[in-house]
Amino acid sequence: MQADLSVILPEILLSLYVMAVLLLAVYTQKDKLAPMLVWLTAGIMTLLGIWIASQGPVTHVAFGGMFVDDAFARFSKVLILLSAAAVLVMGQEYMSRRGMLRFEYPLLVTLSVVGMMVMVSAGDLMALYMGLELQSLALYVVAALRRDSVKSTEAGLKYFVLGALSSGLLLYGASLVYGFAGTTQFAGIITVAQHGEVTVGLLFGLVFLISGLAFKVSAVPFHMWTPDVYEGAPTPVTAFFASAPKVAAIGLFARVMHDAFGLAVADWSQIIALISLLSMFLGSVAAIGQTNIKRMMAYSSIAHMGYALMGLAAGNELGVQALLVYMSIYVAMNIGTFAFILMLEHDGKPVTDIAALNQYAKREPGRALGMLVLLFSLAGVPPMLGFFGKFFVLRAALEAGLTWLAVAGVIASVIGAFYYLRIVYYMYFGEETDGIETNHSPVLLVCFVFGAGAMVLGMVTTLGLETAAANAASVLLQ
Amino acid sequence: MDNLLSIVTFIPALAAAIMAVFMRGENEDVQKNAKYLTLFATSITFLVSLLIYFQFDPADTGFQFVEDKDWIFGLRYKMGVDGISVLFVMLTTFVMPLTILASWDVKTRVKEYMIAFLLLETLMLGVFMALDLVLFYFFFEAGLIPMFLIIGIWGGANRIYASFKFFLYTFFGSVLMLVAMLFMYMDAQTTDIVILLDHEFAFDSFNVLGIHVVGGVQTLLFLAFFASFAVKMPMWPVHTWLPDAHVQAPTAGSVVLAAILLKMGGYGFLRFSLPMFPVGSAVMSDLVLWMSAIAIVYTSLVALVQEDMKKLIAYSSVAHMGFVTMGIFAANQQGIDGAIFQMLSHGFISAALFLCVGVIYDRMHTREITAYGGLVVNMPAYALVFMFFTMGNVGLPGTSGFVGEFLTLMGTFQVNTWVAFVATSGVIFSAAYALWLYRRVVFGDLIKGSLKTIQDMTVREKWIFAPLVVMTLLLGIYPVVVTDTISPSTTALVDSFNAAVASADVTLAATH
Repeated sequence: MQADLSVILPEILLSLYVMAVLLLAVYTQKDKLAPMLVWLTAGIMTLLGIWIASQGPVTHVAFGGMFVDDAFARFSKVLILLSAAAVLVMGQEYMSRRGMLRFEYPLLVTLSVVGMMVMVSAGDLMALYMGLELQSLALYVVAALRRDSVKSTEAGLKYFVLGALSSGLLLYGASLVYGFAGTTQFAGIITVAQHGEVTVGLLFGLVFLISGLAFKVSAVPFHMWTPDVYEGAPTPVTAFFASAPKVAAIGLFARVMHDAFGLAVADWSQIIALISLLSMFLGSVAAIGQTNIKRMMAYSSIAHMGYALMGLAAGNELGVQALLVYMSIYVAMNIGTFAFILMLEHDGKPVTDIAALNQYAKREPGRALGMLVLLFSLAGVPPMLGFFGKFFVLRAALEAGLTWLAVAGVIASVIGAFYYLRIVYYMYFGEETDGIETNHSPVLLVCFVFGAGAMVLGMVTTLGLETAAANAASVLLQ
Repeated sequence: MDNLLSIVTFIPALAAAIMAVFMRGENEDVQKNAKYLTLFATSITFLVSLLIYFQFDPADTGFQFVEDKDWIFGLRYKMGVDGISVLFVMLTTFVMPLTILASWDVKTRVKEYMIAFLLLETLMLGVFMALDLVLFYFFFEAGLIPMFLIIGIWGGANRIYASFKFFLYTFFGSVLMLVAMLFMYMDAQTTDIVILLDHEFAFDSFNVLGIHVVGGVQTLLFLAFFASFAVKMPMWPVHTWLPDAHVQAPTAGSVVLAAILLKMGGYGFLRFSLPMFPVGSAVMSDLVLWMSAIAIVYTSLVALVQEDMKKLIAYSSVAHMGFVTMGIFAANQQGIDGAIFQMLSHGFISAALFLCVGVIYDRMHTREITAYGGLVVNMPAYALVFMFFTMGNVGLPGTSGFVGEFLTLMGTFQVNTWVAFVATSGVIFSAAYALWLYRRVVFGDLIKGSLKTIQDMTVREKWIFAPLVVMTLLLGIYPVVVTDTISPSTTALVDSFNAAVASADVTLAATH
């Protein structure tokens, strides 16, 4: 028992922290504590992230296989914790100034992070669902954080209704899998779901599971909530949606597929390949017409999830490695991009209209250059790091024989390049307008410089990212 | 110095980084410093690159000055030059200082302008030196970004359309090449170009979607690379981005585009398509030859009716690149030597022609041919220079243009007489449009009032043209300076190509 508890110590610590602070804050100064809490939470997450990263390459299993702590889980957790910490501090000043920063915000984010950590460590359908719901319930509330804004509440409600539907699908799939496999443990399911012996019932369960998970990663055709929620939620919350939950959902996706159905790759790889294809194309095409930068980033994230899923569809070790590398790069790009979006304002109001960026490069050449780097990285154009992410998943897809998917992927990336270039066009080529001011918050600047700098310095060194990802991928596919 | 190539490649990038970090603001001093630093950096690059040229051993057909280091994601940073690439490196470092000199009058965002050109030089040099597939693609694609910005920020009235068209066209061409490169990686288990040059890709014919693919994998790989290089070249019918890009780009942008960026396509054919997919190339060569012949005739005719000088020269570039592809896919010694020669010669002549347009555009701010006439009265020196390069463009014996066209035609004649016949008519058309342009702009009566006060070339402008005149004459009169350097490498290329095609014929025949 004690051994089990020590395996989930990070999760326990975070949960205890949330509960303690929740009580404390209610009985003391409430929202006045919020800015301090944001920094405290971010600090704790960072420390936890470093602690988890420093653990050796060992695999612990707790609670009879319900909870797995291996290199894959640790890689995802570090990414989740660090990105959540970065997004929290990025939004602090923005939310404080607009009176949105309640003390519950950092705590809800922390709770959802606990859920995400459980998700990527799940070794059982029950643990999977627990983690997923803990994460989702916290996110529904965070999306509707601005109670007095129609758009924000609408976003929260939409997210909740559709999220509940997808949870239902997932549960239905889980019950089918349980019924036909006789167990909820991944280790047990994999012995039943052998290649060529997957029964129809199990296959149905698998499809429902995939549908539920595809909703969480906002892959087409389960993407509809994404643009509305991204647009409606306050921008710091959108930044959060675009980073940590995506990592968790993709991590969980990979874990279920490989740990539970890893011996029946042929049965699911085609489904995921199709989802990936649709996501890449819909994300790229639909983003072209957007005038709101948050909506555009929503479609951009749909397209990026398509590329990440390409790594999963490959169904091999290289694919999982590529997926992890891709997600790491994606998160860094998103933190940089959202830091930039958070900087934009006009008369103290946030600006999300793309056309407002006209001739931004004249007023803020440094920031425009940084955004340029991020945009080309998002588009996957060398020499930026984003290209190497794409390169990696394409390689995995080709190795798995999914040449058609790789070809479709590169064509989608050309379409996608157009809307990223459109922002460059506004910033550098556009007509002069009365324009926007820039928020000179140092925190935003640090995050922004980190994101853009990583895309450039990544050409020289990636600090062992691919080795860590390779280790993580190898435990998932043994 | 065992990392000479990296030094040459990254001097411009270093200068760009210094400017980006240490130069603030947009006042007169910053502009002046930016210009001088850029000129200094590009000149140093040229001088250091001379070391490459003089230490280069033409007799050695392998790669020289090779550097091989670990890079990110298990990839390799491998650089080197051989007889085919060394002169392109020299062309790049030679043209860049002239380009900077030609941009001396740029007024807006001078610092950014210079940074863009410096980065572009680094990336272009990298393309010609890369000995790793991914590294090649890295440089090849990255060059789009500075060029996109150069056209989009400092271009003409319709620059936005042109910049997007340029970017998306070339990007689309290249991504298919990326997939092909990944496939090669799977097949050969390496991205090292030196090893891939000796790797034999399968050429058994098979059916895809009901289409019988002769030459199998090699043909498909060839087509994927062709998509990229044909757009870059550009070949008819995917050349339409070039006139738009040229017309809208600032003068220096046009010069770089014509002199160096277009050469990447031809270089790619010689580095990848012919040696790595010989059977695929042999299968497709007739098609490419005919496309080249059409390009030469069609774009020459289109050039005849242009009203914009830059557009006319852009179309003439497409026609001249037609000679290049024709020479390459004739796949014999004369053809390939001629193609390389033509690319170098075009690098000097087209650069000079765009500069010629720039000289009068700077004065009159129009490129309409009808806006000019009788320039010879007030601009005798300009008339002389323009005449010289018009003759070079036509391919007058004694200029470098003649050698390239003659060699490619000779090479093609041995392979496909009809193509050579059709292409030769292009020589006549090129004389027609080039001389007619010259007559309308320079000769005639000086009747337009605005032209009566026009000034002849300044000393700076004369100095820009002087090296180009020297090189055009040198290559025209004494072509051996080029052919001596490239011949051993091209001979090896032709021999291995012929051997591969011959053995493939044997095996293909045996399986039938």
